Amino acid sequence: MAENATVWEVFIQSKNGLAHKHAGNVHADDKIMALENARELYTRRNEGSCIWVVKSEHITSSESEDSEAFFDPSNDKMYRHPTFYTMPEGSKHI
Amino acid sequence: MSSLFTYTLRIADSSLILGQRMSEWCSNGPTLEEDIALSNISLDMFGQANGFYEYAAQLDGTKSADDLAFKRNEREFFNHQMVEIENGHFGNTMVRNFLHDAFNFLFYTELANSKDETLAALAAKSLKEVKYHLRHSSNWLIRLGDGTEESNLKVQDSLNEIWQFTNELFEMDEIDTELLNSGIAVDNKALKEQWNTIVNNTLSKAKLTRPEDAYMATGGKKGMHTEYLGFILAEMQFLQRAYPNAKW
Repeated sequence: MAENATVWEVFIQSKNGLAHKHAGNVHADDKIMALENARELYTRRNEGSCIWVVKSEHITSSESEDSEAFFDPSNDKMYRHPTFYTMPEGSKHI
Repeated sequence: MSSLFTYTLRIADSSLILGQRMSEWCSNGPTLEEDIALSNISLDMFGQANGFYEYAAQLDGTKSADDLAFKRNEREFFNHQMVEIENGHFGNTMVRNFLHDAFNFLFYTELANSKDETLAALAAKSLKEVKYHLRHSSNWLIRLGDGTEESNLKVQDSLNEIWQFTNELFEMDEIDTELLNSGIAVDNKALKEQWNTIVNNTLSKAKLTRPEDAYMATGGKKGMHTEYLGFILAEMQFLQRAYPNAKW
């Protein structure tokens, strides 16, 4: 693997039905290697039931200078939180 | 020594020696990720060895699993010669492991049906790990064989060199035959056909040529070894020999 090997972002699903969560990243030259390296580094202690790997270059991120325009306007909009509803009994993962 | 004891010991020895060889990669892997992968495989092999040694110790009744691992000499080890040969370069290690992983995968698949419940359970547990080992070494063999001209040449050379150690995997001696007749042991000879299929498929994907059978090494099961085993044991057993019963 060359020093400038591709970086892949790793997402682990801890249990069937739950969302995949970002765990970190690995270096790898192809997708099979990326998946195996992710397995070796991030699921050694029984953390996962499924792994996704995505080339880091395929992820588009918002920039820190945009954070004011992106996120601040939601600060004072309490009505967007569903806190005024009673949760139905027995509902999970919400 | 009962036949079952010797049979169990042979399995444990091959796992232990391959584990020890793989541990030499720790901190020497080609990349951080691969270093961890190789060390994980080493630890899997030690875990498998431990299970079989514990059972052998129980059958023996006087020695502990540690005694069996650390207080026997070269001629009392019964591992396949293939697992004791030097790691060489990374591709060389992957060729050796691939040939052995393919055998282990088939061997444990069969041993999981053994009439001996302990062996069957140990085999079923080991099989899960070996499936991954085979996948790991196969993918590397394909990547290196079908990589650059240089990587192809290097792994083809390794394959030609290591091929002589493949025949021993399928040998049947009087202990194997006796335990096969009582439904305990695996028919090693019968694994050859499936092994050929796995090996030929992978070699063809890897653009590698299967070597012709020429001189074939033998003797590991009887305690006859290559020059390398003594050095492995010297390093592995030093602490227990110098400070008997030392504990962590």
